[in-house]
Amino acid sequence: MSITIENLSKQFGDHKALDDINLEVNSGELLALLGPSGCGKTTLLRIIGGMEVANSGRLLFHGEDVEQRDARERNVGFVFQHYALFRHMTVFENVAFGIRVKPRKQRPSEAEIKRRVHELLNLVQLDWLHDRYPAQLSGGQRQRIALARALAVEPKILLLDEPFGALDARVRKELRRWLRRLHDELHITSVFVTHDQEEALEVADRVVVMNKGRIEQAGTPDEVYAAPSTPFVYQFIGNVNLFHSRDHAPWSEQHGDAVAYVRPHDIDIGATPQDGNALPVEVKLVRAIGSVVRVEVAVDASSEFIEIELSRERFDAAPLASGDKVFIRPRQFRVFESGEQHELSAA
Amino acid sequence: MSQFRAHSVLPGFNLALGFTLLYLSLIVLIPLSALFVKTAALGWGGFWEVATGDRVLASLRVTFLTSFVAAVLNAFFGLVVAWVLVRYSFPGKRIVDALVDLPFALPTAVAGIVLATLYAPNGWIGHHFAAHDIKVAYTPLGIVVALTFIGLPFVVRTVQPVLADVEAEVEEAAASLGAGRWDVFRRVIFPAIYPALLTGFALAFARAIGEYGSVIFIAGNMPYISEIAPLLIVAKLEQYDYAGATAIAVLMLLISFALLLAINGLQWWSGRRRAR
Repeated sequence: MSITIENLSKQFGDHKALDDINLEVNSGELLALLGPSGCGKTTLLRIIGGMEVANSGRLLFHGEDVEQRDARERNVGFVFQHYALFRHMTVFENVAFGIRVKPRKQRPSEAEIKRRVHELLNLVQLDWLHDRYPAQLSGGQRQRIALARALAVEPKILLLDEPFGALDARVRKELRRWLRRLHDELHITSVFVTHDQEEALEVADRVVVMNKGRIEQAGTPDEVYAAPSTPFVYQFIGNVNLFHSRDHAPWSEQHGDAVAYVRPHDIDIGATPQDGNALPVEVKLVRAIGSVVRVEVAVDASSEFIEIELSRERFDAAPLASGDKVFIRPRQFRVFESGEQHELSAA
Repeated sequence: MSQFRAHSVLPGFNLALGFTLLYLSLIVLIPLSALFVKTAALGWGGFWEVATGDRVLASLRVTFLTSFVAAVLNAFFGLVVAWVLVRYSFPGKRIVDALVDLPFALPTAVAGIVLATLYAPNGWIGHHFAAHDIKVAYTPLGIVVALTFIGLPFVVRTVQPVLADVEAEVEEAAASLGAGRWDVFRRVIFPAIYPALLTGFALAFARAIGEYGSVIFIAGNMPYISEIAPLLIVAKLEQYDYAGATAIAVLMLLISFALLLAINGLQWWSGRRRAR
């Protein structure tokens, strides 16, 4: 089921949580809402789920207006950051909850409920825990139970609010791969909220980057990483070096007062200046981190460090040590100035 | 003893346990055993005679029945008050919150006199009832009113923190799974607060059984109808019938203890079901 959001705004007192949001979530897609805390991503998710009401704008599921529908009538599965499991119920009863509260006529028989719950518990690979209580489970297990519970009512849309936010790094990584596989199996239209760019890029079909209640960019993980459309996206996703035209004149004197954004792995280092765009720098620090070597350089003592990432191969071909005087040259960069953008490729 | 000793940040298991036993002995056990010793002077026959006296039985029935009704009323309305105080914000909420504790602080005799005045057939509230031929003050109904007043804070104060602990997210989760309001309350919220509600009920009940000051002013104290057991004890004391007074006291003590034990048992049973 597709979700259409048109001119949606939400105000909390003086604070504009959402400002004229337009978004289309395609049927069967796994979409990530990515942004720093307070950017409105959770509010947007809660409005889709019916837990919050927008001040203006339209919300449609499969072309049908659902604003008047209560959370319980939207047929939306919701997974919370802190699981929100029912503490006094066993795992089995937690998953069965959504089926048991159906109106008497739609409620299946006890045997059918049992079959369906065990099927779901098998799907999340936790059937062996069916008679435990939530307090006896680990965080990762709880979140998988919460997901099984949400899936029990056969929702057309699945919403996940920072689903892995409360878990430790290793479990997080494992669980997000598992979620991706699960989505490929079930194909439910899913929206998940995260502030972790790595998570969004790895799991989602499409990423929506939000900031201050607005959508900055929507696109595939590749698009938002390789071609950020605003300075915010550049800085929020991946590392980036900022070159101010005042400080680094040779690169962008033709652009007046502007800032160039360059990814650390888009910079070449050479012993000689190859053209006028090269910048003379001094190597300050060299650190080898696994497969990449991180080199920090500075134009002079007072300027900020510039971060460069080299592959180990490249580094081994021309080793560097701190104190070396070298020239750097960007392979690809982007200049932003007061509202206007120029894309320049110095290939 | 060492097998009872779990590692703890508080030092001195022996000292602490010794202190606990000494304190309990001084404050609770010695006075209570004195009660039994005094009663023993009557012998079984004498005790049985006092215990099965018509007037004593009637007063015990009045005491436990009115206390039970008042505790049930408090359990229900106390839950509503706690709910409102936890879930809604409104101007003056802090004042209402403070008002709940007033029955704790007010001298019970004052409460009794005020309630008796209000609920008397010519009182502010009483004359509305009188118009429908219902007498509140000077009947068992009046006793229930006084005991409800006394017991309210117990339920509110035990339920309030537990209710505040039930996350809004859990309710939202239930709603997103299609549960209606009643289902959310019955299946999600009530099981979470049920143990606290039971505790509040037991406290209000126990408090009501022992209540004396407020009741005697509003009850009318008619033997067999609105005379409570504590009043009968005082009456016996005034006639220098100390053994008779302690016999009734022992009887009340035994019944109360059995009831509280049953309530605790119920709580233990529900707690075990939850944390199996």
